[in-house]
Amino acid sequence: MSAPVLSVRDLVVEFATSRGVAHAVNSVSFDLEPGERLGLVGESGSGKTTTALALMRLIRPPGRIVGGSVVIDGVDVIAAATAALRRLRGARIALVPQGAMNALNPVLTIATQFEDLFAAHGQPCTRARIAELLASVGLDPGVADRHPHELSGGMKQRVCIALAVALRPAVIVADEPTSALDVIVQKQVLRTLARVQRELGAAVVMVGHDMGLMAQFAHRVGVMYAGRLVELGDVRRIFADPRHPYTRMLIDSLPGFGQRGVFKGIPGVAPSLLAPPPGCPFHPRCPRAGAVCSAELPPPLDLPDGRIVRCHFAQEAADAA
Amino acid sequence: MLPYLLRRIGMAALVVFVAVSVNFMIPRLMPGDAVEQQLSAISAAGGQVGDIQAAAAALRERYGLDRPLLTQYLDYLGHAARLDLGVSIAHYPERVAEGVLASLPWTIGLLGTATLISFVVGTMLGGMLAWPGAPRALKVVALPLVVLSAVPYFMLGVVLLAIFGLAWPVLPVAGGFPFGHVPQADLQTTGLILYHAILPAASIVLASLGTWAVAMRGMLVGVLGEDHIMLAEAKGLSPRRIFFAYGMRNALLPQLTQLALKLGLLVSGAILVEVIFAYPGIGYRLYLAIGQKDLFVIQGIVLLLSISIALVMLLLDLLYPLIDPRVTTRQA
Repeated sequence: MSAPVLSVRDLVVEFATSRGVAHAVNSVSFDLEPGERLGLVGESGSGKTTTALALMRLIRPPGRIVGGSVVIDGVDVIAAATAALRRLRGARIALVPQGAMNALNPVLTIATQFEDLFAAHGQPCTRARIAELLASVGLDPGVADRHPHELSGGMKQRVCIALAVALRPAVIVADEPTSALDVIVQKQVLRTLARVQRELGAAVVMVGHDMGLMAQFAHRVGVMYAGRLVELGDVRRIFADPRHPYTRMLIDSLPGFGQRGVFKGIPGVAPSLLAPPPGCPFHPRCPRAGAVCSAELPPPLDLPDGRIVRCHFAQEAADAA
Repeated sequence: MLPYLLRRIGMAALVVFVAVSVNFMIPRLMPGDAVEQQLSAISAAGGQVGDIQAAAAALRERYGLDRPLLTQYLDYLGHAARLDLGVSIAHYPERVAEGVLASLPWTIGLLGTATLISFVVGTMLGGMLAWPGAPRALKVVALPLVVLSAVPYFMLGVVLLAIFGLAWPVLPVAGGFPFGHVPQADLQTTGLILYHAILPAASIVLASLGTWAVAMRGMLVGVLGEDHIMLAEAKGLSPRRIFFAYGMRNALLPQLTQLALKLGLLVSGAILVEVIFAYPGIGYRLYLAIGQKDLFVIQGIVLLLSISIALVMLLLDLLYPLIDPRVTTRQA
């Protein structure tokens, strides 16, 4: 294992609401190897997008990063001065946004939006460089002179990818980059993202809720539940042998051709982030829950295969398997 | 681009044509006969008009009101095309166009400047109010200005007049110009005009600044919540660049529409301010004309107003695509 390119420790994000403080992200820690593709999955409100945005300190009020560190190139993004933070953003850690439909400024040409990026980091920007970047995501150089409303959703998302890789960042944060696209375009865009990422050797943190898409894209998967990373490990190990009951139910809920017309879900609803249940936040919905689960928050357990699982019975499940 | 231009220009021409036509029809659709009314008013006041029927017929002939409506209409269109607005009734035989043109520079100078100043300052102020990184002191300064926008400008004018014209007489109280001074194209004249414009301009600027600021603030708060602002931040752009090119510029469109409408309405003058300060602009002239029931002057000013609105809207339509490129492709 080489030195991690991104190191996240005990990240905590809170949202101050009128009904109290919502704990959106709770002591999330992980490392990212160079060139690695990490997928963050979970249901809505599990804190996956908030985690991704916190990596770039893009949390907006009423959200607040309360604690933890995100270290890239030896600089802590969370504690950095704004000028230092600006130098990192876009150059060392870049964002491929959710909802590419509205992510580009509607009144500026694509070329101007590239020029802005280069100018912000004091780098020269030529037409040839823009054309080269557009070509790398499969777009015609003529796109540079277009405005966003003249492009399709897939094209806009490709432009966003080209913008993200323009300054050869070490880390790309992709926040549900394909959620607004149809399945055909989804595949194309993901393939493009994977290709430019490989060429660049950048690491990717991709947020999504589509387990199938994640299985194809990611090397490692982090499963989030109620603001916590409940299972993190190699994508094949996790799909073959999920250790957290939530992960298993998530994988089981993927529709297949086996029994048509039967949709398996996870019974119950996601817990309130304002007042999470005591102990393990999953215990009210968990089939395996015991007395200890409602009393104690399970600590992160390191399994021999390098996985980290937050479940009191992670070892036991391994014995049963 | 060309079809867009042609469509806009055609639209403006149509609007002017309709406005001119309506301006022709309204006085003729009004109940009663303007000529007979005027004559009976004169006779009631003790004037010698002799045979009312004969006098009315003579007057109708004089104004061409005895001819068929269509002939009158075509005649009127021809005159309007040459900006011939007829003669003033109260100041016969002064031509309406001459009088209006004499007042126009005063109004445009005073209101145009005041409107532009309050637009620029108010819009910037509103933008700063919506910007999270703005200095705190700014919000303290802005509050009274926003409150002032709830005060009608003529009230503000009266108050300013009472303070700076009467209680502490440092500024002139009336007119656009010192009485008895012969205007010349020199610095002294310019200075005197500006000196006289301070109070009326200040009352307009102070009263409208807050409106611009509040509108801009609302728009910009919406724009700053959009996804493209977050991507701009994620690209590491400077706050200044994000503020101007990604925030203000996107929020500006409704402000410009408002500005254009204000500028279009400008030729009707700010009647109350001009009356309070006895300022020799269009508004003051309109006020006098209404008092004197000078129909042709009122009609001429109304016509001027509709044409200027049409022209300003055309100008705006031509400027829109430069600010928001999405406009050209929309079918309007």
